[in-house]
Amino acid sequence: MPSRTSLPVLVIAVFVFFFLLFPLVIILGASLTNGTYLAFPPQGLSLRWFAFVIGEESFVESFKTSLVVAAASTCLAMVVGVPVAYALIRHRGTLPSWLGSVFFLPVLVPEIVFGFSLLKSVIVTLDLPVMTALLIGHTMIALPYAVRVVGASLVGLDFSAEEAAISLGASPIRAFIFVVLPNISSGIVAAFILAFITSMNDVSVSLFLTGPGISTLPINLFTYVEQHFDPSVAAVSVLLMLLTAAVIIIVERTLGLSKVMR
Amino acid sequence: MTSPSLSLHGVSAHYGRTQVLDALDLEVGSGELISLLGASGCGKTTTLRLIAGFLTPSSGTIRLGKRELTTLPPHRRDIGLVFQNYALLPHLSVIDNVCFGLKQRSIPAAERQKRGMDMLEIVGMAHLAARLPAALSGGQKQRVALARALVIDPPLLMFDEPLSNLDAKLRVDMRVQIRRLQMAGQRTAVYVTHDQEEAFSISDRVAIMDAGRVVQFDTPETLYRRPANAFVARFVGYENIVAFRVVARGENGATEVEFDGGIRMVLSAADYGAIPDRGLIAARPEGLAPGTDQAGIPATIGVRTFLGRTYQYHCDSPAGRLIALGPIEASLGAATTTRLSINPLFAAVLPYEDLSVIKEQP
Repeated sequence: MPSRTSLPVLVIAVFVFFFLLFPLVIILGASLTNGTYLAFPPQGLSLRWFAFVIGEESFVESFKTSLVVAAASTCLAMVVGVPVAYALIRHRGTLPSWLGSVFFLPVLVPEIVFGFSLLKSVIVTLDLPVMTALLIGHTMIALPYAVRVVGASLVGLDFSAEEAAISLGASPIRAFIFVVLPNISSGIVAAFILAFITSMNDVSVSLFLTGPGISTLPINLFTYVEQHFDPSVAAVSVLLMLLTAAVIIIVERTLGLSKVMR
Repeated sequence: MTSPSLSLHGVSAHYGRTQVLDALDLEVGSGELISLLGASGCGKTTTLRLIAGFLTPSSGTIRLGKRELTTLPPHRRDIGLVFQNYALLPHLSVIDNVCFGLKQRSIPAAERQKRGMDMLEIVGMAHLAARLPAALSGGQKQRVALARALVIDPPLLMFDEPLSNLDAKLRVDMRVQIRRLQMAGQRTAVYVTHDQEEAFSISDRVAIMDAGRVVQFDTPETLYRRPANAFVARFVGYENIVAFRVVARGENGATEVEFDGGIRMVLSAADYGAIPDRGLIAARPEGLAPGTDQAGIPATIGVRTFLGRTYQYHCDSPAGRLIALGPIEASLGAATTTRLSINPLFAAVLPYEDLSVIKEQP
C-alpha cells in the first residue's frame, strides 16, 4: 500500500532539500569556471582554480595547520572527554547534576565570547605561543562533543558487564580498557568525527587565537575573500566537501554510519 | 579442597544518610548454600554487593576463611558472581567470556581454552562456544554466566537473583543445575532472591531479611514450620494470624485461650510448644478446615474460589477475616455458617506483637 504524502509536507521537504543542496551546486559550478572571478554559471569549464589552490602556499600551509590542530585537539579532547563522560554517567546518582553542564559551556557560551575570553587569558595573560593557544582553544570546543557523544553511548552500556569483569579478577583499569571501551567504540568514533569536524570548521575561536604566520584554513579563506574575489575559495570549498565525503564513506564502509550516529 | 566459610560481623551500610544495613551478622558454613530472601529494599542485594566488594561497609568486618575481605578491592576477592541480567561481555564470544577470568589469572592460552571448554561441556553449552552473547537465549546466557563464574574455581559463589529473568519451567531446571554444581564442588555459596519457593528449594539455610536486618536465619523446614515472628509467618504463607490471651491453664499443657471477638478455644502445648500468656496464633489456609466441630471458630463464608484440588474460602469470623481450605467433595456456598477447626501441623504460636503495625507483604 503506497503511503500518502500530504502536499504541504512535500512542499516543505522540497524546499529543505533545495536550500541544503542548491548552495553546494552553486559552489561546485563556480569552482569549475575558467574565468577569473567568482560567478555562476561558470564561464567555461576548467580545473585551473583547483590547480591554483593546490599550488598556493598559504592555502596549503593553513590546511596543514588546520589538520594538525584538529587532529591533536581532537585526541586531547578524547583523552580528557572519555574519562569525564565515564565518570559523569557511571556516578550519575552521586555527582551533582550541574557538573555535567560545566563541560557543555563551550557550546552554550557564544563562541565569539568564548574566543575573546581565551584571547584575554591564554594569549594576553599567559603569553602562550599561537600554536599552543590554538590547541587549547580547539580542545575546549571539541570537548563537549567528546563528552556528550561518548556519554550517550555509555548510557546504553550495561555496567554489570564491567562489574562481572572486575569480579573475575580484572582491575578497574583493565575492565575499563577491555570491557567498557570495546563496547562504546562506535560512540568514540562518532565523537572523534564530530570533534574533528568542529575543529576543522571553527572560525570564531580561531579568529582570536591565530597570529602572525600561523593561520587555520577557515581563517585564511576568510581573510582571502576579503581581499580577492576569484574562484579559488569555491575550489577550496569543494575540496573540503570531498574530504568530508571521503571521511563519511570510509566510516560508512568500515563501521556503518547509521551505527556510529545512533 | 574444601571451601572456606564466610562470616559477616556487625556490618552496616549507608547510602548517603540512609542506613540500608544495620549491624548485620551472618555465618555461612563451609560448602553451605544460603539464601538471602526478602522484598526489594530489604538489604539483600546490598549485602551481596558488600561481600563482592562493590560497596564498602561503614562498619563491621567480612571474612572468607582466613582472609579478611573488608578492605580488599573487588578484583582481588576471587568470588564467582552470577548476575540477574547475566552480565556477559557483549563483544566476546561464549568461550572468551568463560575464559576471561582465567586470562586475568595469566593462565596459558591452551590450558585456558581446555578448562573453558570443559566447563562449557558441564553446563551443556560447548556446542555454542563460538557464538556471541546476543545470539543466545536467556537460559543459555545464564548457563554461560554460571560456567564463567565456576571456571575460576572460586572459594565463594554468589548469585544475584540469577533466575528472575527466565520463564517458570527454565527456572526450575536451572536451580536444580545450580544446586548440583554447587554441591558437586562443595562450594560455599550465597544466593539472593525475592522468590520464596526458589530460596527454600535450593538452600541449606535461608536468611529472611527485612529493613536491613536478618529476621530469621534457619533451615527452610524450620522457617516453614516454626516461623519466629509474624513477619516471617506471613512471608512463608501463614495467611491467618490472630492475637490471643490465655484464660486458663489445665492439665497436660491444655491451655484455654481467648481470641479477639471473644471466641475461646483449647490449645495443646504438645502441639505448639510453650504457650505465652499473650501471643499470636498463625495458621496456613490448609490449617483451617470448615466443618461441624463445635470447638472450631464460628465463621461465615464470603467468597469461594476453586483451586483444583481444594476450594479456598474467604470467611468472616468474630476474630477477623480468615482463609480456609476445604475438600472439593463438600463445597460450601456463600453465606453458609461453619466452624473452622485448626490443624496444629499447619499452625504455629508466635510471640505477641501489634498486628496493625506489621507490614503487608508485597
